[in-house]
Amino acid sequence: MEARGTVFKYGDNVDTDVIIPARYLNTQDAKELAAHAMEDIDADYVKKVQPGDIMVAGWNFGCGSSREHAPLVIKTSGAAVVIAKSFARIFYRNAINIGLPIMECEEAADAIENGDTVSVNFDTGEIKDETTGKTFQAQPFPEFIQKMIRAGGLMNSIREKQ
Amino acid sequence: MAMTMTQKILAAHADLDSVEAGQLINARLDLVHGNDITTPVAINEFEKAGFTEVFDNKKVSIVLDHFVPNKDIKSAQQSKQCRLFAGKQGVSHFYDVGTMGIEHALLPEQGVVGAGDCVIGADSHTCTYGALGAFSTGVGSTDMAAGMASGYAWFKVPSAIKVVLKGKLNPRVSGKDVILDLIGRIGVDGALYKSLEFTGEGVQSLSMDDRFCICNMAIEAGAKNGIFPVDEKTIAYMEGRTERPYTVYEADEDAVYDQTIEIDLSELVPTVAYPHLPENTHPASEGSDIKIDQIVIGSCTNGRIEDMEAAYEILNGKKIAPWVRGIIIPATMDVFKECIKRGYATAFIDSGCIISTPTCGPCLGGYMGILAEEERCVSTTNRNFVGRMGHVKSEVYLASPATAAASALTGYITDPRTIKEEN
Repeated sequence: MEARGTVFKYGDNVDTDVIIPARYLNTQDAKELAAHAMEDIDADYVKKVQPGDIMVAGWNFGCGSSREHAPLVIKTSGAAVVIAKSFARIFYRNAINIGLPIMECEEAADAIENGDTVSVNFDTGEIKDETTGKTFQAQPFPEFIQKMIRAGGLMNSIREKQ
Repeated sequence: MAMTMTQKILAAHADLDSVEAGQLINARLDLVHGNDITTPVAINEFEKAGFTEVFDNKKVSIVLDHFVPNKDIKSAQQSKQCRLFAGKQGVSHFYDVGTMGIEHALLPEQGVVGAGDCVIGADSHTCTYGALGAFSTGVGSTDMAAGMASGYAWFKVPSAIKVVLKGKLNPRVSGKDVILDLIGRIGVDGALYKSLEFTGEGVQSLSMDDRFCICNMAIEAGAKNGIFPVDEKTIAYMEGRTERPYTVYEADEDAVYDQTIEIDLSELVPTVAYPHLPENTHPASEGSDIKIDQIVIGSCTNGRIEDMEAAYEILNGKKIAPWVRGIIIPATMDVFKECIKRGYATAFIDSGCIISTPTCGPCLGGYMGILAEEERCVSTTNRNFVGRMGHVKSEVYLASPATAAASALTGYITDPRTIKEEN
C-alpha cells in the first residue's frame, strides 16, 4: 500500500480540539464534520487538501479528547497518512481502529517541509521526500497491530474471535 | 517480577500471574462507558459489525452529559439514539436528564466504579477513577463498541512515573494546583503512554475530591492513567456506594519506575495554566494585570462538593466584578442539591453568578458560556487549547475553584489567599 501527495505541515501538540472543534460534535456525519477539519489552525486546509495528501507534525499529535471524530475527519478530508514524531495514545488507538494510517518518524517530521511532495510505502515504512530526494524509515507497527490492520480494523478482529 | 499498581490490576484482568511494561494483553473489563457524543458513534460501529447484544448490560454505562438538556436538534438526535439503545439493551447504568451528572463525577458518586476495577470509557477523562485505586483509561468509540461486544480490550502494559507526595496542602491550595504544578513540570506529553502512580505520606492529607481532580487531568500530561493507593479515605468513600465488591491492589515495593518525581504539597501555591497548553503554568499571584470576562466553576475536573465549598468560602457575602460573567455548574444533581441545602446556591446568586444544572457545555465550547473574540475566562476545567471554549482568539486560563472565584471578585487573575472570608 502506498500514498503520494503534498505535505501539510503542523507543529507539536496538535490537539483534537483544533483537528475537529467540539462545537461541531452534534453530528456523526463524517463528510459534514470533515468540512471543518483543522479549521482553527489552518482555515485553508479543507480548501486545498487533495486525496492522497500527507499530514506531517511534531510531538504528541492528537492530544486531548478521545473523540474518534478526529482521525475520522482527517481520513475523510482525503489525507492518506499522518507522519508525526509521536502520537497521543488515544489518537493512536483510534487511528488504527478506524483505518487512518499513521507513522512515527522523528527525522521525517523534522526534515519534510510544508508543500513538499512525499511518497510513503506502508508495508516497508519507507518515507521519501521527492522534493529534496531524502528518504526516511518509520517505526514498524507491532505484529499484534499489523494483524488488526490486516483484519480490517478492531471490530472485524473481534468478530473473527467470536 | 515486581509490578506497579496498574500492572497488578492489568495482570489480574488478563488472568496472568505477572505482566511487564510493553507487553500486549487482552484484559477483562468491569465497565465500558460512553457519553452522548461518543456513544452514538460506538452504537453505529457495534451494529454495523453485526452485534445485537452487549456482553453484560450491568457492565455498560451511558451518561448523557455533554450537550444536555439538549442544546439543538442534532444533539437531541444523538441523545435519542443513546436512549433507545440503552432501553433496548437494558443498560442498567443509563443516566438521562434528572439523574445525569457529569460522567466522571457521577459514576464514582453512584458507586458504579470501585477499587481494583478495569474500566474503559469513550471519554479521555475516564482516567479519573484512578482516585479510587482502579485502572481506568479513555478510549475512542470503536474501542467502546468492541468492549460492549466482547467485554475485553487490548492494552499495551504501561511503564510508570512514580509521583511521591509529601507534606500537606496549605489553605486555598487544592488538588487542581497539584496536578497543574505536575503538568507544568513534565509537560503535556511528559507521561505519554505511561501511568502516573501517586504515592507517599502526603496522599493521606488529600481528600477524595482532590484525588479525583488530580487523576482526572493525568491525560493532560499524556498519561494512560493516574492512580492512587487505596487508604481509609478511599474505603470510607466506597462504603455504602460501590455496588460490586472491590479489590485493593498495592504496588510491589521493588516495582520499577521510569522516573520518580517528588512534590512537597506544603510548597505549592495557587497555580494557573495560561493559554494555550495546560503545561503553561504560572503562580496565580503573577496574573494580577490580566483582566478577565468570565469564570466557569464546574466540569469533571472541579464540579464536586468541595469545589463548590471552596467557591462559596470566597464568594459568600461579596459581589463579583460587574464586567465578569460568573457561571457555576455543580457536576451532579446530588452536588446541586447539597449546594441548595448548605446555602451555597443563594450565596452564588447573590454574588452575581448563575448556577446551571450539570453539563459539560462550556468546557469544550459546546454551549452555556461560549467566549467571543479576545475574551478571557478563568476556568476550573481541564483544557485551554486554541478555540476550546469558543472563538479561536479567546483565551482560557485553567485554575482551581478558589482561584476562579477570587478572580471573579476582582475581575483580574487573583491569588485566592488574598481574599478574606466573610463571617
